[in-house]
Amino acid sequence: MNALLEVDRVSKAFGGVIANRAVSLSVPAGSIVGLIGPNGSGKTTLFSSIVGSHPVDSGAVRFAGRDITRLRVGDIARLGLIRTFQQTRVYRGMSCVRNLEISAPLARSSVRSVFAPFSKEVTERAETLLDFVGLYAKRHLRAGSLSFGQQKLLEFAMALMSQPKMLLLDEPTAGINPTLINALLERLRLANTQFGITLLVIEHNMRAIMHLAGYLYCLAHGELIAAGTPDEIQHDPQVLEAYLGAH
Amino acid sequence: MSLRNLPSDSGRRASLVPHGATRIGIYVALGVLVLAAPFLFRGIVTQLAFLWLMILFALTWDILGGQMGYNSFGNILFFGLGCYAAAVVQRDTHLPYFVALAAGMGLSALVALVAAGVLGPLTLGMRGQYFAICTLGLSIAAADLFAGWEFVGAGSGIVPALYPGPVDERNRFFYYVLLALATLTFITLRLLYRTRFGAAINAIRDDEDKAEAMGLHTTRYKVAAWMIAALFLGLAGGPVAGLVGFVDPRDLAFAGATFGVWMVLMAVLGGKGTLWGPVIGAAIFHTTQELFWTYLFGWQRVAMGVLIVAIVVFFPLGIMGWLRARWPQWFGEVVDEAARPARADGAGIGDERAA
Repeated sequence: MNALLEVDRVSKAFGGVIANRAVSLSVPAGSIVGLIGPNGSGKTTLFSSIVGSHPVDSGAVRFAGRDITRLRVGDIARLGLIRTFQQTRVYRGMSCVRNLEISAPLARSSVRSVFAPFSKEVTERAETLLDFVGLYAKRHLRAGSLSFGQQKLLEFAMALMSQPKMLLLDEPTAGINPTLINALLERLRLANTQFGITLLVIEHNMRAIMHLAGYLYCLAHGELIAAGTPDEIQHDPQVLEAYLGAH
Repeated sequence: MSLRNLPSDSGRRASLVPHGATRIGIYVALGVLVLAAPFLFRGIVTQLAFLWLMILFALTWDILGGQMGYNSFGNILFFGLGCYAAAVVQRDTHLPYFVALAAGMGLSALVALVAAGVLGPLTLGMRGQYFAICTLGLSIAAADLFAGWEFVGAGSGIVPALYPGPVDERNRFFYYVLLALATLTFITLRLLYRTRFGAAINAIRDDEDKAEAMGLHTTRYKVAAWMIAALFLGLAGGPVAGLVGFVDPRDLAFAGATFGVWMVLMAVLGGKGTLWGPVIGAAIFHTTQELFWTYLFGWQRVAMGVLIVAIVVFFPLGIMGWLRARWPQWFGEVVDEAARPARADGAGIGDERAA
């Protein structure tokens, strides 16, 4: 199996609280993998460890065959590994189009392309992606004036705009209008099949993640307690115990 | 406050400035007025020249303060270095006046660029109030350093070369130099804010961690932004030294308590993070200040203090910021309900909507 992302026994503690204890997981190129677990089980911490937001205590992270454990956030992002946030992070004072345009990767890192307006192609692609997430009509509005759900969609479009190899999505359906969830899931699937983007998704919406992901990992108390297909996970006694408590 | 749904022809958006012939007419009238001003208002040419300096101050402060979200209280540093560099060239070379001035301004630009390029990576890693306080310290340190440095006249300052002509002519000459510099700054920033660079510094202002997470080289953008501000501030040093005829370390070059604070207030008054805001803010602030000196002499500092408090309390968004919050459609913030035109090559992916 050709793994795009490999997390090898990563541990992370904050003071005395162990957020991740020797967590290992592997995400094959082109797949959609889910990461579930009760609140406070260390899912978001694991994302932060992967993208270099904080140094890990031990373990290693490999992306596209390269050790990225010690790289910084920006360097990892430029390798094509982008994460989105549970609470939306968009450029609130800028229009939606600008939010997308600035998310486009710099084709050639030359001084001239930095001090030039965005090319027609970039603007065109920004508008296409805004249309893709249903925000085309609002493209001239400030991102900060959008609703939470719309900002979430915008952030997803920004991530796509950066043409990543892989996306780490932190609860993409949280806070989104239930009628929009199916449409969003469809777009996640399209991003995977059409653009070939590998996805690792944290999700609390079980129905959603069971349909979306082909393989799931479950964290509890910072430790990996189960891994398998959605069907296996749904019947795993340890997972049931973690979510419902011991009987 | 509702956003107006405008027809699909987005080219006809409501705008703050009239279009077509009226707009060109306004610009031509303004251009003629500023070019003729030294001859129309002979008594206040120096004050008018300082108006352009104030506009330059506010515009360059806004690059970091408004567009990038980094409140610098040390930008005066680059202006001071510019004053001294130009004055030293004029004093120590025996070139003709205008050649020495040009050479001095060249050195000023270089010194300011190098200073920003060296100090930028050291200070721009700090955020929020830490950056503000650090830059404040830098400008105070610079003033003390130059006030104790014999080579540049220490506390008694330095005198640049004397203008070879009558005082009226000198004032007019520097009026036009400062007008040209302020205009150059404005045009440069107008072009710059439309580029990827402009969008990047806005992104840093709105969410620097996000910008980093999206792979932007944030440090490079921040240092470049400060260097651009420093370039124009440094260039302004020479002409101002020539106009005033004397460079005092604390009252002119590194005048943090006056110029250093004013540049912040002018940008805030007009509207941080907008192109015209700093221009409007500087014009209003400078005019008000001159009126205070003329009509409230003795109380001018008290009046200035009251004005500053009023600006911060009643205009936290500034004039342009208030207009934008009140009438966003004037600034192009409109909902466009028209469907996206289909691409001829069918490359769009939006058609495959989920049910």
